[in-house]
Amino acid sequence: MTKNLHLWVIPVLPLIGAAINGLLGRRFKNAMVSAVALLFTAASFGWAAWAVWTAWPGSGIALPHIETLATWITAGTFSAPFGFQLDQLSMIMVLVVTGVGFLIHIYSVGYMAHEGGYYRFFAYLNLFMFFMLTLVLANNYLLMFVGWEGVGLASYLLIGFFFLKDSAADAGKKAFIVNRIGDFAFLIGMFLLIQHCGTLTFAGDSGVFAQMAKLPQDTGWGWITITALCLMFGATGKSAQVPLYVWLPDAMEGPTPVSALIHAATMVTAGIYMIARSHAIFNLAPHALQIVAIIGCITAIFAATMGLAQTDIKRVLAYSTVSQLGYMFLACGVAAYSAGIFHLMTHAFFKALLFLGAGSVIHAVGGEQDMRRMGGLRTKIPITFWVVTIATIAIAGIPPFAGFFSKDQILGAVFHSPYGGPVIWAIGLITAGLTSFYMFRLWFMTFFGEYKPDADLGDAHALAAAHAAPAHGADSHGHDDSHGHGGVHESPWVMLAPLVLLAVLSVVGGWVGVPEFLRGHNEIEHFLSPVMQSGPAVAGEATGAGHDATASHADEAAQEKPGEELILAGSSVGVAALGLFFAWLLYYKRPELPDRITSKVHGLYMMVLHKYYVDEGYGAIFVKPLLALSTVVLWRGVDQGVIDGLVNGAGAASQGVGNELRQMQSGNIRSYAAWVAIGGAAIVGYMIWLGVTR
Amino acid sequence: MVPLSWYLILSGILFSLGVLGFLLKRNIITIFMSIELMLNAVNLSFVAFANYWNTHPVADKSIVPLSGQVFVFFVMVVAAAEAAVGLAIIISVFRTRETLNVDRVNLLKL
Repeated sequence: MTKNLHLWVIPVLPLIGAAINGLLGRRFKNAMVSAVALLFTAASFGWAAWAVWTAWPGSGIALPHIETLATWITAGTFSAPFGFQLDQLSMIMVLVVTGVGFLIHIYSVGYMAHEGGYYRFFAYLNLFMFFMLTLVLANNYLLMFVGWEGVGLASYLLIGFFFLKDSAADAGKKAFIVNRIGDFAFLIGMFLLIQHCGTLTFAGDSGVFAQMAKLPQDTGWGWITITALCLMFGATGKSAQVPLYVWLPDAMEGPTPVSALIHAATMVTAGIYMIARSHAIFNLAPHALQIVAIIGCITAIFAATMGLAQTDIKRVLAYSTVSQLGYMFLACGVAAYSAGIFHLMTHAFFKALLFLGAGSVIHAVGGEQDMRRMGGLRTKIPITFWVVTIATIAIAGIPPFAGFFSKDQILGAVFHSPYGGPVIWAIGLITAGLTSFYMFRLWFMTFFGEYKPDADLGDAHALAAAHAAPAHGADSHGHDDSHGHGGVHESPWVMLAPLVLLAVLSVVGGWVGVPEFLRGHNEIEHFLSPVMQSGPAVAGEATGAGHDATASHADEAAQEKPGEELILAGSSVGVAALGLFFAWLLYYKRPELPDRITSKVHGLYMMVLHKYYVDEGYGAIFVKPLLALSTVVLWRGVDQGVIDGLVNGAGAASQGVGNELRQMQSGNIRSYAAWVAIGGAAIVGYMIWLGVTR
Repeated sequence: MVPLSWYLILSGILFSLGVLGFLLKRNIITIFMSIELMLNAVNLSFVAFANYWNTHPVADKSIVPLSGQVFVFFVMVVAAAEAAVGLAIIISVFRTRETLNVDRVNLLKL
């Protein structure tokens, strides 16, 4: 039975909202703008929920359910359709995107109420939804790439939302340019697929994945590995992995709901989604998987350590996001794609909640983002406190909150995978401890102790403060003006309601993936398994590399020695508790300790505080030489020398020749006549010469 | 029978006289007459050729003998039209510049 679900409606609804608000919103009242934005987002969520409900496995609709609207590009035998695909993977993505997106839209109504450009904000936000839904629903790489680029555009527009501020405009440009590097690799990957498969469509008999299933595993460095690496490099750009993660912390210049929606919950997970979607390719390329795992692992620990020293609340969360994305990458790298998607989903809940909670805190303290100027907010904004507490516990990985299950699944898969192993597992475990530490550090610094809005930021932090200073004004202007009625205050309910809903999701979101050894059924893995198995199960089994093999391996392990699984889970809870303990010790019990520790390891601390000087390094290695090359060679040399030289030379030459020739135009009729006579004589002479020589 | 070359030589002489007159004379009317002289020199060669081909027809009819005569009529028509326009211009020039010296009719030069 094939039923038409009109999947195209899901992305197009927010596009209509964006068009209405973008084109006409300037004249609308704020209430009208938010009504339009919310209506179309809610409708999109409703349609998505209906489509998922209708197509739920077992309902009789064959999955993947593909709807092709029209042919988009045809060139020779290659053709790319406007086609949408609904399967278990895109079901999860589309529900997360529309659901979390809708909640964040509601939140934004309260958060952005006093900002200028209200209609612009919602138009961009709806535009983002359109592109993101296109990305996750596309049935071929090319349409996916449209969404991929579109979310990059929306991200750029929203990071630079306060475009009058240089730092915001720069951050937007940085995000766009860094992403472009990754997108370039993605393009190359697509070209390779076109060259070797002749199509970019995912599913179907002639689709990429069906063709992949027939191919042998590429154990060397053949085109499959290269393609996989190109796709992976594209994902490192979008999903902020080493070496292209640098744009994400700066992206916090955007309004906080944007950070929550785009730079935590949805857009940055596009890379993970893309890798999970391309698992058939990756399964054939063990080298590529290994590299994915290593990159994920490095990113996870690298970003987590950078998060330790940050004092800007949003930047801590940004590094945390990078680190968690590293986990998802790691999961993909060990071919535990469903674990990665599971973590993607739970992360979307609790990280969106954390960002929105942070936004609520920033809102409460009048635009201040430095945690050292907060403190003691527990009693002043109790609801925010409680939801952030839930999110913190969830991200720290303490059961039964959502983060525990997904993180545990990833770590378990890493431990058993041939691409992971105990070393990478140990690094992942340390990262979990660090995550717990910096999140509880944030929690203690923000909500406990004394409220000290005028705290002197001290000498040791002067540099960091100077560095973070531009970020302070990010959300401040509207709030400062309109909330100058003194004191810390709780946010309005329009902001708190989404927080509460997300908090509920952060608690229960993980229960769909309770592993067997905890007497659960791990529904999400079974739910996703048809998608993940549609790839080359053969290759997976042959090498023990595929997800299928890993999963069954893990299952066997769980059945054979449940003790080991329990130890693994227990150790991750243990490090989480350890992180909590140290955060409590350093930032609650003995708040003078951190300063003493940092002064002891000053060099190391400064390095972490300055994020290992990566930005500076990129500046010195790439940006400066590029600028120098552009200035000296391309501008002064090629542009001014060659191109301008050619143009000016051509002009000067014709001017010079004209100057000579104008001497002929004497105005003397008889001289003209002489020219005519000479010309005539020359022609006659020539013709005579022709006659003579014939 | 006068050979063709004589006509052509005479035509050449007349044409050269016309050219020289055109180049050397300053009075516009004289220049105008020189032009007429050149035209008629050409006419002379046309009729000479027409006569020649009339008496020496070619077998394959690739040359129509009397076409030279026809051309002469055209030339005369054009010359008449040109004379009418040219004289009108001369009168107009004389009215504005009060001279017929071409060296002083040089407003077009840079």
